[in-house]
This record gives sequence, structure tokens and C-alpha cells, in this order.
Amino acid sequence: MPLPAILFLAQRASALVLAPLVLIHLGLAIYAIHGGLTAAEILSRTQGSLGWSLFYGLFVAAAAVHAPIGLRNVLREWLGWKGVGVNVVLAAFGVLLLLLGFRAVSALTGV
Amino acid sequence: MLGPRSQHHAGRLAARAHRLSGVLLAVFLPFHFLALGLALEGAERLDGFLAWSDQPLVKIAEWGLVTLLSVHLLAGLRVLALEFLPWRDARKSWITAGGVIAAATGLVFLASALA
Amino acid sequence: MSDTENTLQVRVWRGGEDGKFQAFAVPRREHQTVLDVVTYIQRELDPTLAYRFACRVGMCGSCGMTVNGRPRWTCRTHVDTATGGSDVLELEPLRSLPVIRDLATDMTPFFEKWQKAQGRATGTRSRADDTHRVDPASPRRQAADAAIECINCGVCYAACDVVASDPDYLGPAALNRAWTLVNDDREGDRKGVLAAATAGGGCHSCHSHGSCTEHCPVELNPSAGVAGLKRLSLLAMVGGKV
Repeated sequence: MPLPAILFLAQRASALVLAPLVLIHLGLAIYAIHGGLTAAEILSRTQGSLGWSLFYGLFVAAAAVHAPIGLRNVLREWLGWKGVGVNVVLAAFGVLLLLLGFRAVSALTGV
Repeated sequence: MLGPRSQHHAGRLAARAHRLSGVLLAVFLPFHFLALGLALEGAERLDGFLAWSDQPLVKIAEWGLVTLLSVHLLAGLRVLALEFLPWRDARKSWITAGGVIAAATGLVFLASALA
Repeated sequence: MSDTENTLQVRVWRGGEDGKFQAFAVPRREHQTVLDVVTYIQRELDPTLAYRFACRVGMCGSCGMTVNGRPRWTCRTHVDTATGGSDVLELEPLRSLPVIRDLATDMTPFFEKWQKAQGRATGTRSRADDTHRVDPASPRRQAADAAIECINCGVCYAACDVVASDPDYLGPAALNRAWTLVNDDREGDRKGVLAAATAGGGCHSCHSHGSCTEHCPVELNPSAGVAGLKRLSLLAMVGGKV
């Protein structure tokens, strides 16, 4: 299977996963920002919750797939960066998102 | 060179908005994760950050991010629909509707933040 | 009939990729097409102007140029339509193709990609066989019919942003042709066509901007055809065939 086909499939599949998660995330952002945010309020919602840890874990994983593939298209088409280098850098960016994202999920949920 | 009449058709503008919002969100994402990761250092550390984020300029930036996320979501849904559902036309009316919905989402967020 | 008070200011690209615009004043006429203007310049003002045309009636697909920033057939475009009522006409060769000279582009890469997408029929029968019967009402034939009227003019190719930034991308015309073939019951190598249209530079490079559909002079929808190829390729991927 050629690389562009794999990346296309991964991009669309991750988009399908992200769409409902983003919708919930937006709704939650509008709800939670009301009256200001406090750490206690956020952590009381998320601490020890397996549900939120799975929700945000999936969110982070899908975003870590989705964002680097999109950036790859931009770098290739707008900056003409097409070698192996761009793939390596963006794979590293994906891993970075995964690590930072899981760290954040773990910080919020304690799971 | 293509001129404005070729560059400014709705499908291309939607694609530009989709791409630019995507790039900005991708750049923002690591910082978002780092900020949330402050909770690892205790609730006080996170509260310190949240207090900093309570200033108007940051609120406006957050409003921008919420709007960008809405734009990216809706533009992406249109692409998925164009590619995977058997539409024969470009669904241009969706682009206008999507723009309105994204702007409205941003405003609702802002209203909620300021209330 | 020429009205000396009513002249058109025409800026014409001269030279190769690193050429520049040259200004001409051309008398305005009723129902004048852009190709009429180019022909006037070549016959009356500067016989060295290079451009290409053949049929003059929108059948051959050889007179494509960039007219006021928009890729078009020049033979079927009235000056009024192109200028939007102003007196300025700007003519350039089609984008994303090597410029031979002035308004003439080298269409070789365009046709090479047509072949790379396996945009050619592979027969299964000989003259000794009966005619292949195709039901015109079948969904696949209808999909092919909707895309079949392409005359290879290259306007969609010049309009496409992905072609402009990725020289490997096969482009809307070649992929549209592949889409007609994978929907053609008579095609003997549909798997081969799909594999060619799915390889590097194939349908997955498309971002569904819809510029091809926006500009196609025959009002085809190559964007929908490329999306169809994407769907077929995913089905084939799931089935482990590509």
C-alpha cells in the first residue's frame, strides 16, 4: 500500500474519530469557562475518572495522528519540503504530541 | 498567475480557512498540553496559570482558538461529506452556513467567558 | 465596423517562463472572443506571436490560456465575459505547464500524466466477438457518462492548486479519465487503472478544493470523480487489493 494512501486513510479515519470528540470538547469549553476556571473545578471533574481519561486519551491519540499529516501536506505544498526529512520531523512532532498529551491527561485524571 | 476570480471561489476559500486553522491549532496543541500538565505540579500551579489566563487578551486568544477549532471541524466535515457521500455538486451553501455556525460558536464561548 | 474610440488594452505574455507582458491596442468588436483578439494581434500587429488553436468551436481543447487570471478556453469566451466590462485584457499561458513561447505551453507533462494514470482503454474483445452490451441506466455507466465529455484542454490542470505545488500530482483531468474507466464495463484492466490512480501522486493528493470543477469549460465535476476514486481505493485497501 503506497504511503500517500496510508496517510490519506489515517487522516480521514482520525478526522472521523475527532469530529464527535471536538464537538463535546467545544461544548465543555463553553460550559466550563462560564464564571471562570479554577483548578479545583477542573480536577474535581477529571480526577480518578476512567471515562474522561479514555475520552481525552483517544482525543490525544487521534490528534497526534491527524495534526502531523496535515502539517506534512502544508510543508510539502507551501514550502516545497519533500524529502525524508519532513517525514522524520513530523513523525517526531506526532510523538511529541502523544507524550505531552498523555502527560496532560494523566495530570488531569490521575489515571 | 491566477487572479482573484480564480482564487476567491468558495471551495478554495473554505480550503484555505481549513488549512490555516489547522496549522494554527497544530502549533497551539503542544502549549495546550504543557499548560494542562501543570496540574502534575499541583493544583496551585494550575491555578496560577488559570489566573494569568483570566486577563482580557488571553480571553480573546481563547475565543480565537474556539473559533478556529469550529472552523476546522466544520470545514473538515464538509470535506468528509464531499469525499465519502455521493454528492454531485460542491455543497457551497454549506460553506456559508459553516462560517456562520463557527462565528456563532465563538461568540457563545466569548459570552460565556465574560458572563 | 471597427470603432477607433473603442479599443481594448491587451497585455500579452511574451517569451518563456522569464518573459514579460507586452501591450497591444486591439479594436473592440461585438461578440468578440478572446481568441479573436489573439488572432488579430498575430495577423495585424505582430506576426511573431506564438499561440495554439484549431477548431475555434470548443471541441479540440487546444486554445486554453490564462485570461485575466482565470484559465479558460479562449475560443468560447467572449471578451465581455473575461473582462467583466472593463477595457483591459491580460493573456498568459496556462499555469503549471512549461511555456514554449508566448501563449503556447508544452502539454507533454499533462499527457504523460494521463498515461501514468492509465487513462487508456484496455480492450477485452476482438472484432470477431459480439458487441459488449452496456446498460445505459446502470449506476456505473451513469457515473462514467457524467465524466466522459472531457476534451483534454488542460484548464482544470492549470486551475488546480495541488498540481501547482506538487509536480508529481497526476491532476484532475487524468484522474477524471481513470474514474470513467473504473466505471466502464468494457474496461479490461479496472484494477490496474485503480492502482495507477492510487499510487504516489494519485487521487490521495487531492484536497477537494473544487477548483477543477469551478473552471471546467464543459461543466464536468472532476473533483467528484477523484472523490469516487478515493472511495474505491479505500474499499480496495480494506480488501487488501491495492
